[in-house]
This record gives sequence, C-alpha cells and structure tokens, in this order.
Amino acid sequence: MMGDERIKGKVREAVQTGAQTKVQTGAQSLSFVNAPFLSCAASVTGKKEGEGPLGRLFDHVSGDDLFGENTWEAAESAMQKLACSLTLQKAGRKASEIRYLFGGDLLRQGTATSQGVEGFDIPMFGLYGACSTAGEALALAAMSVAAGYGERMLAVTSSHFGSAEKEFRFPLGYANQRPLSAHWTVTGSGAFLVTAGAEQSANIPGDAGTGQSAAMPGQVKISGVTVGKIVDFGLKDSQNMGACMAPAACDTILQNFRDFGRGPEDYTRIITGDLGHIGQSILFDLMQDNGYDIRGNHLDCGMLIFDQETQDTHSGGSGCGCAAVTLASYIYPKLRNGEWERVLFVPTGALLSTVIYNEGASVPGIAHAIILEHAAPGR
Amino acid sequence: MDKQKQQEAYRDYVKWKTPVHNLPLNMAKAFVTGGTICLLGQMILNKCEAMGLDQDVCGSVTSVSLILLSVLLTGWNLYPRIAKWGGAGALVPITGFANSVAAPAIEYKKEGQVMGIGCKIFTIAGPVILYGVFTSWVLGGLYWIWEAAR
Repeated sequence: MMGDERIKGKVREAVQTGAQTKVQTGAQSLSFVNAPFLSCAASVTGKKEGEGPLGRLFDHVSGDDLFGENTWEAAESAMQKLACSLTLQKAGRKASEIRYLFGGDLLRQGTATSQGVEGFDIPMFGLYGACSTAGEALALAAMSVAAGYGERMLAVTSSHFGSAEKEFRFPLGYANQRPLSAHWTVTGSGAFLVTAGAEQSANIPGDAGTGQSAAMPGQVKISGVTVGKIVDFGLKDSQNMGACMAPAACDTILQNFRDFGRGPEDYTRIITGDLGHIGQSILFDLMQDNGYDIRGNHLDCGMLIFDQETQDTHSGGSGCGCAAVTLASYIYPKLRNGEWERVLFVPTGALLSTVIYNEGASVPGIAHAIILEHAAPGR
Repeated sequence: MDKQKQQEAYRDYVKWKTPVHNLPLNMAKAFVTGGTICLLGQMILNKCEAMGLDQDVCGSVTSVSLILLSVLLTGWNLYPRIAKWGGAGALVPITGFANSVAAPAIEYKKEGQVMGIGCKIFTIAGPVILYGVFTSWVLGGLYWIWEAAR
C-alpha cells in the first residue's frame, strides 16, 4: 500500500512538473495546453463611438451618453450591465452558469464595475490596470479556465468620457485647449465569455449589431498570455499617455517574442490598446531599436475607433473600454471567420492617479499580451 | 545616474516627437477672441454711459453682463467650443473666470449642494482667487511702505 502511494505521488509530481514546463513559457508567459475559447463577445458604446469608423460593428450604440441614468458613473455601470447581458444573451447562457467574473474600470475604487455587475450575482474579482484592464481580465479569465477552476468566466471592462474627465481632468463644461497629444476616453464597455469548450453563440434579433457571430465559422482560442511588468521611463506628462505607455507595450511584445521564440511575422496582427498616433510612432521606433519592424502588421485600437481628422480626438481613443469594444466588434469577428489567423492583443495602461501626479510622481505604463488564434469549427 | 540619463533622453525624444499647437496661429486666434470679448464689454460700457449711469455703476454692469453671458454659454456647452478655438483669448477675460466657476457647479451638482457644489465650485478658480488676493495684499503692503517712506 505504501509503495502504491509513493508511485502515485511520483507520477503526480512528474505530470505536474511536465505540465508546468509546458504551460509556463519563458519568463513571463503561459501557453495553455488546453487553450480556453473566447466564445462570445459584446460591445456597448456611446454616441461619438457610434459615429466613428467602427460604429456599425458595435452591438449597441446609445444615442444618450447618460444611458438613461442621472450621472456619468451610473451611465458607465449601465453600459457594463448591458455588455454582460448581451454577451450572456448571445451565448444563450444564464448568469448562474458563470463561475467567476473579472471586471474593471477607471473610476475610484472600481465602482463602475461593482455597481454594474452587482445584479448578476456572479462571484467576482475587481481589477485595476488602467486602460490595460481588458488584457488583465482576459488573461485571468483564461488562466482560471485553463487551470480548471471553472467552465465559464466572464471578463468585462468599461470607461466613460464623462466620468473619466471628471476623475482625471476637468469638469466637462470647463473651457480649455487640449494638447495635441491628449487622448479621448472611449465611452464603451466590452464583455467576453471565456469557456473551456467551444460554444456556439447566436446573434440577437433586432440588435444594432451586424450579426457576424451567427454566421461566423470557426472559433477563437486564447492560446497563451504574456503578463506585463510595470515600465517607467520617467515621463511626467499625463496628457501624453501614448508616450508613457509605449515603452511598456514594447517591453511586453519583446518578452512575448522571446518567450515563444516568435517574431512579428508569426502574428497576422499585433494590436495595442490605446497608444494613439504618437504612441504608435514611438513604439515603432522602440521596436526598431530592438531589431524588429512591426510597421507592416501593427494596429492600435485607439486609432481604429475614432477618425482623428473628423472627430477631433487628437492622439486617439483611450480607456478600459477602448481595447475591449474594439476587440469585441472588430478583431474578434475577423479571428472567428479566419480572416486573421493569430493576433497578439496588447492592451496598454498608464498607471496614474491625480493625487500622485500632483505630488510629482511619473506615469509608468503596463501592457499585457493575449494571444488569440483562429480555430477551425468543431474543434 | 545612468537611469536618470536614460529618462532624460526619453523625455527629450518624446518632446521632439510630440506635435504641439501652432503658436503664432494660436496667438492670432487668442487676439481675435479676447479682442471680441473686450469689444463687447466696451460696447456695454458705452451704452451704459450713454444712458447717463454713474461711472462705477457702468463698470459693474459691464462685468456682471459678461459674467452672465459666459455662465449661460457654459450651460449651453458653447463656451468650451469658443475656448477650443480662441485659447487664452477666451480664458483670460472675466468670461473665462466665470466659466471656471460655472463648469464645476454644473458637474458636481449631482454630488449635493454642500459636498458637491459647495466644496468643489472653486476647484479651478480657487487658486486664482487665493493667489490673486494674496498678491494684492503684498502689493498693498509695499505701496503702504512706499507711501510712508516718501
């Protein structure tokens, strides 16, 4: 009997170490043995986003940026609630079928999330990674599913122009001139269903969305993640967030290349969260300094979501909602239908608060990379 | 030390990389905007004088009229647009000051009369009031010494 136990223990140990070396990839990455699926996604945005280049792709565009509420904060919560509901509805799932929820926003103490998801009664983790939160939530949801901690996880993030301006800058009515390097916070929320197995999702009849998901062949797998470090180049300009975040994006992308032994050519697209026009050109330079040219396959959600010329958004969109709604509406369908084979999705965040900023602290950045892959149907 | 140099180099690089507003153009726009607001003020003043009002009263009526106009334009979300175009030309006159008080009042109204409007109405204008009063106090003191010494 004792011998049996010892052998079992040894096998377990061997399996565990074997699995560990396989999952833990390089210094900061994980490559999942049983890759979880990004089964369903939904996006909800405000009016300005609806008028932008991706406008017709969003599931729900509200003509009223208050979403029928009295305050910007309540409006943001309403968006999160709607994004989660739409995702569950599309997937044909009930909230009770979700094991854990990973959510975050930009507001103090993450209240947009706690107020928004309260009604679903799902055990939840509140996250803060500034605008990189979409990556953080997806990484944790995928890790939890891959580890077998649950069959289905929900990841949701949001940002709102009104509440973010109030939190980080000035009251909306205050007259000033925004610098050309400033970003425009996206009013939007994206929710994602991460599952252990491939699951069908349907479009909702009569919805503002284009119904891509119903017709989309194939699935999307989260094959791996690279968790980013805080990178601080000592910049103290909160009105130039692209420049604050570009070094972090570069660091995470390079680490992903090192950990997986890959290069830009291994990804159909490398898509950062909200570097904007200035951040993108800085990222190109930083990558070039490290011997990589990503100009050919790089996109940035902050540049995709608004038309810089006609929408007066200066450097581009930003916020937790920016990367989330762009992934849900634009990137995800292209992965589902196989137009894109493998995407490195890298939401970026500028880690600042008005308090430490006024006290003279610099604005460090963080970026998490999620590897999204097209998977043939029936797999 | 090395890290500090690296950070400085990055700061310089970012400064070089980041586009800024066209200064001469911005100054020209500020001149037009500020000039228009002052012209409006002068017209109100002249009108008051033509009505035979006292000099002091004329000045007060002019200020109050411009403040009212700015507050209304803030409420209608028009003043931010004027400032976006006119820059400092819209910020420096009394109308800009009125906007900086009206905007927080509108935004923080939802947090209550006391904790919202009461506590936060001067979040932008507060420093101007504090250091404006302080500077006039210092200058008053200097003037008093100057007069006493003469």
